[in-house]
Amino acid sequence: MKFAFWLLVPAALAQNVPYQRILNAAAEPDNWLTYSGNYQAHHYSALDQINTANVNKLKVSWMYQIRGRQHFEATPLVFDGMMFLTDPPSDVTALDLRTGRPIWQYRRPIPDGVPVCCGQVNRGVAALDDQIFVGTIDSHLVALDAKTGRVRWDVEVADYKLAYTITVAPLAIKDMVIIGIAGAEYGVRGFLDAYDAKTGKRRWRFWTTPGPGEPGNETWSGDSWKYGGATTWVTGSFDPTLNLIYWGTGNPGPDYDGTKRLGDNLYSDSVIALDADTGKLKWHFQFIPHDVNDIDSNQVPVLLDASWKGVSRKLMLFGNRNAFYYVLDRATGEFLMAKQFTRQTWAKSIDAKGRPVPNPEAEPNEKGALVYPDDDGSANWFNPSYSPRTKLFYQNVREKGAFYFKTATSYEPGKLYLGATKRDLTTEEPYGTLRAWNALSGEQAWSFRVESPPWCGVLATAGDLVFSGTMEGDFFALHAVTGKLLWRIQTGGEIWSNPMSYRTGGKQYIVIAAGSSLISFALE
Amino acid sequence: MRTLFTFVCASALLAQTGESIYLTQCSICHGQRGEGGRGAILAKPKLLHAPDDRALQRVIRRGISGTGMPGTGLADSEIELVAAYVRSLGRVRQAPLPGNPERGRAIYNGRAGCAACHMIDARGGSHGPELTTVGAIRGGDYLRESLVNPEADITRGYVFVRAVTRDKRVVTGTRVNADTFTIQLRDPAGVVHSFIKSELAELNIDLRKSTMPSYRGKLSAEELDDLVAWLATLQGAQ
Repeated sequence: MKFAFWLLVPAALAQNVPYQRILNAAAEPDNWLTYSGNYQAHHYSALDQINTANVNKLKVSWMYQIRGRQHFEATPLVFDGMMFLTDPPSDVTALDLRTGRPIWQYRRPIPDGVPVCCGQVNRGVAALDDQIFVGTIDSHLVALDAKTGRVRWDVEVADYKLAYTITVAPLAIKDMVIIGIAGAEYGVRGFLDAYDAKTGKRRWRFWTTPGPGEPGNETWSGDSWKYGGATTWVTGSFDPTLNLIYWGTGNPGPDYDGTKRLGDNLYSDSVIALDADTGKLKWHFQFIPHDVNDIDSNQVPVLLDASWKGVSRKLMLFGNRNAFYYVLDRATGEFLMAKQFTRQTWAKSIDAKGRPVPNPEAEPNEKGALVYPDDDGSANWFNPSYSPRTKLFYQNVREKGAFYFKTATSYEPGKLYLGATKRDLTTEEPYGTLRAWNALSGEQAWSFRVESPPWCGVLATAGDLVFSGTMEGDFFALHAVTGKLLWRIQTGGEIWSNPMSYRTGGKQYIVIAAGSSLISFALE
Repeated sequence: MRTLFTFVCASALLAQTGESIYLTQCSICHGQRGEGGRGAILAKPKLLHAPDDRALQRVIRRGISGTGMPGTGLADSEIELVAAYVRSLGRVRQAPLPGNPERGRAIYNGRAGCAACHMIDARGGSHGPELTTVGAIRGGDYLRESLVNPEADITRGYVFVRAVTRDKRVVTGTRVNADTFTIQLRDPAGVVHSFIKSELAELNIDLRKSTMPSYRGKLSAEELDDLVAWLATLQGAQ
């Protein structure tokens, strides 16, 4: 039997992920083929070997150490006996799945002085056929041979000297690689791109701030659209039946000074639905018109087909940084529901069409405006999770406010374009909560408090477990139904990543990046 | 006179410009007055990655590899201005103080008992904030207020904790560390206590409370002047 297993290994190491495999990701729960686990972005594992009855026996199986000291934000991909992840700033490593030993590395030299607001980080790779794709902090998209890490092609997506940077994991669909951009704190003009996976030739670009003559340009005063941000730095999701790509967009630029950009500032703080083949806008929904608090809407849109008030609908679930949970119709963009899940002061209410009534007192001013959430949001780039077993939506929530003071700002290439400065609250301590709510009603099922606002995603599994971590290095498992703590370990490093799961050799593993370590856990 | 006037005005203008660059380019991470936040605390006389002005300018120009500090894209002239301003954040201008520092030193080590909780040059207690450079970052008025009203402004990171064990033992002190499940605190004698939170009967954190006693009424006005004068001389090793 053992002999037979080893005979299988060479075939398994062929590393080939045709589009059909990703499309049918549910058929191979042992693997993790795309950033959020599947195109619906459930960030859920159907594996149940590790479950509520035995999770207390979870032990470290192997660890891999990165060299860099930047936040280790990668969610690995797993297939054909290998794991593929990014080491910050923009390196790629392939690991042997059973041992955690590196098989190859792609190391990218990064020029000095890349202007980037929030660290030279990277959240992962995409895979398609026999290639691995990575976006780099100096704003290139690179295709690597999955077997060796050799560069197949390398294209410039934008000019990093103008503060265009890439931290997002690409999304591979059909025969294309979709890649977003960061840099809205520096007055870049946001876009989403699609590249031919074989050649690296750009297929289409959708500008998230429309130019003159395009619908939506009227929502920007003067030429403010040129510096309007609305960047696309968190991986979206995909509906192959509707042929639509869904992607969240970030804050308008400058972040805090709305007088520089009167109007709604489309398509900032929105979710956009683009035709996958043409990149043309099918619909958009703007969560926060004319954001003056740098809230962003860079979350992962979660797709779910379910009965909504008795009618079967294609839904989108969106746990927004702005402290509201939204349900939209993803075929049309129709607003169905918004429910506040934690403290916020930026909006007085949300109207029947989903448009917020802003609170003018939250706009940065000379005396300092107290705003909840702060600019890191009630949520952020880290994944929520949806479990089809519990029908709950799991979201890590940041409970933190701050004072914002207006400052002068003007656009200069490569420099911060903000319009406010910030002071942390000293009268209360920020904290975090992992919350579970009914995916359709938003009604909270349970909440689990953690020491400080988290930067870790959530993984729900078919073992009815929910895994997550903290900034203090705690990694833990809760009961998915009750929120009861079942297992924990102190990893010793800040956790800035998403947990994920895979199975190899008949054994399920749970993986988390903590500090500079990637840790793989399994039952003894 | 005119030259001096021009010089003063130019200096004021430069200082203003350094501050405005700081506010637009640096403060979102390092705080309005260098108090820190997402970025490091800059309101201190010695910066880990910038021991001298050249190093500071290099950090501002290129960023710090392996950290969240990016290169800034500022022109050399702007970098000089903002570097000077950053230096000013970590060094208060001490107005002449009325007390006698030598008498203050004696009070510090003697009847005020400060050394039991505070450290200077790695000597003294560890319960309260280290004072090796306190004269560089705090003015006389602030120091005096801290002595008579310690809870007016509590140093970042010095959080008061009261823990009650299940066998009714009460431990108070300053939080050294904590995660979601555990907490470590240092009591006034300098002893570290570590608890699993779920095993405690009570755990209270009070951000407005300090374990430092007030010296109002315990030291005379003259003695307070002397003590403040001594603390103001603590500028760190030059």
